[in-house]
Amino acid sequence: MDDSKRGFLKVAGGTVLGTLGAAWSRASLGLGKADEAATVASNQVRNWGMVIDVKRCREKEGCDACIRACHINHNVPSIGSTKEEVKWIWKEPYEHAFPTQTHPYLEEPLHDQKLPVLCNHCENPPCVRVCPTQATWKREEDGIVMMDPHRCIGCRYCLVACPFGARSFNWSDPRLHLTETNPDYPTRTRGVVEKCTFCDERLADGKLPLCVEACRAEGPGALYFGDLEDPESEVRRVLKERYSIRRKPDLGTGPQVYYLV
Amino acid sequence: MYDGGKVIAGLLIFGALVSFPFWYDWAQPGRGDPPDLAKPKTADQCIESVEFMRAHHMTLLNQWRDDFVRKGQRVYVSTTGKSFRIGLTGTCLSCHGARADFCDRCHEYVGENPPCWDCHVDAHTPTPGGS
Repeated sequence: MDDSKRGFLKVAGGTVLGTLGAAWSRASLGLGKADEAATVASNQVRNWGMVIDVKRCREKEGCDACIRACHINHNVPSIGSTKEEVKWIWKEPYEHAFPTQTHPYLEEPLHDQKLPVLCNHCENPPCVRVCPTQATWKREEDGIVMMDPHRCIGCRYCLVACPFGARSFNWSDPRLHLTETNPDYPTRTRGVVEKCTFCDERLADGKLPLCVEACRAEGPGALYFGDLEDPESEVRRVLKERYSIRRKPDLGTGPQVYYLV
Repeated sequence: MYDGGKVIAGLLIFGALVSFPFWYDWAQPGRGDPPDLAKPKTADQCIESVEFMRAHHMTLLNQWRDDFVRKGQRVYVSTTGKSFRIGLTGTCLSCHGARADFCDRCHEYVGENPPCWDCHVDAHTPTPGGS
């Protein structure tokens, strides 16, 4: 009895020492630190949002500048099959984008007009609630619904949860469907989910999202982007001037992409 | 012993076949030579000391990943006080060049296959159609 007690104490003591030792060796690795002062996530709370001017968007027939700019730079593959397609921003007929805000006698230009749709970076994102690994989460400092492919296990709960179809799953190696790769942005791998992140990598450098920039440069300039918290921002200004709608507002997800109709 | 010659010959052949992987490997030229790494020509100092990078680069890269993706921190301040932009392709490879000349040589030597390059792009290595 004594022997086994002594043995137990030895093992227990050894375990405690070993754990402390491991913690100490981790701490003593002497890693440097990320520079928090240089971080974009400053104390200023923002809420990034986008406004899409539907009237202006239809001025340029067949324009896809926003989609091209986004997909080329983010290494989004064009697979060709609707079953496996991957998309961050794409066009959808009005009736599909706003199924609860339509009727058979809709004004002519709006009826069947193709509108750009993308992740809505919802106030209350259902994809975030269902993600079991927190691979997708809402950034408190600026409202972006982020995506961390390192952590994604490919369960696709978020695809089911998102009422806007804004998420795509990589059923096969996306690199097989890329003709060119932008080395400044990673591709994804088979088995992870991806979506629009409002170009968080560009916002960090103080640049506008690619779609907005491309729409201004090549398209009709129908996209506005800015801080919805700031009453002086461009997005707030255009929202004040024109009537706007959001996709499927009745679901209560609170989309942060607004459409001027 | 009945058929002693046959038994011994059989045992010898069996022993030779079983030990084949060992002596075949032994006979390879350059066996056990440490991998020959292409050292960067543009810099003489990595972001941390050579000893640290050799032993702990994977820990550092994991920390970078979490700082960059999860915390939105873009700049790393090393223990020497220098600042570096966090990025595998943009920062590491800007000095080290093609991953095939540096990363892969050690990883192949030790039989390690980290998944970094499944997604991150090395501009020196053709990516489409491969991984």
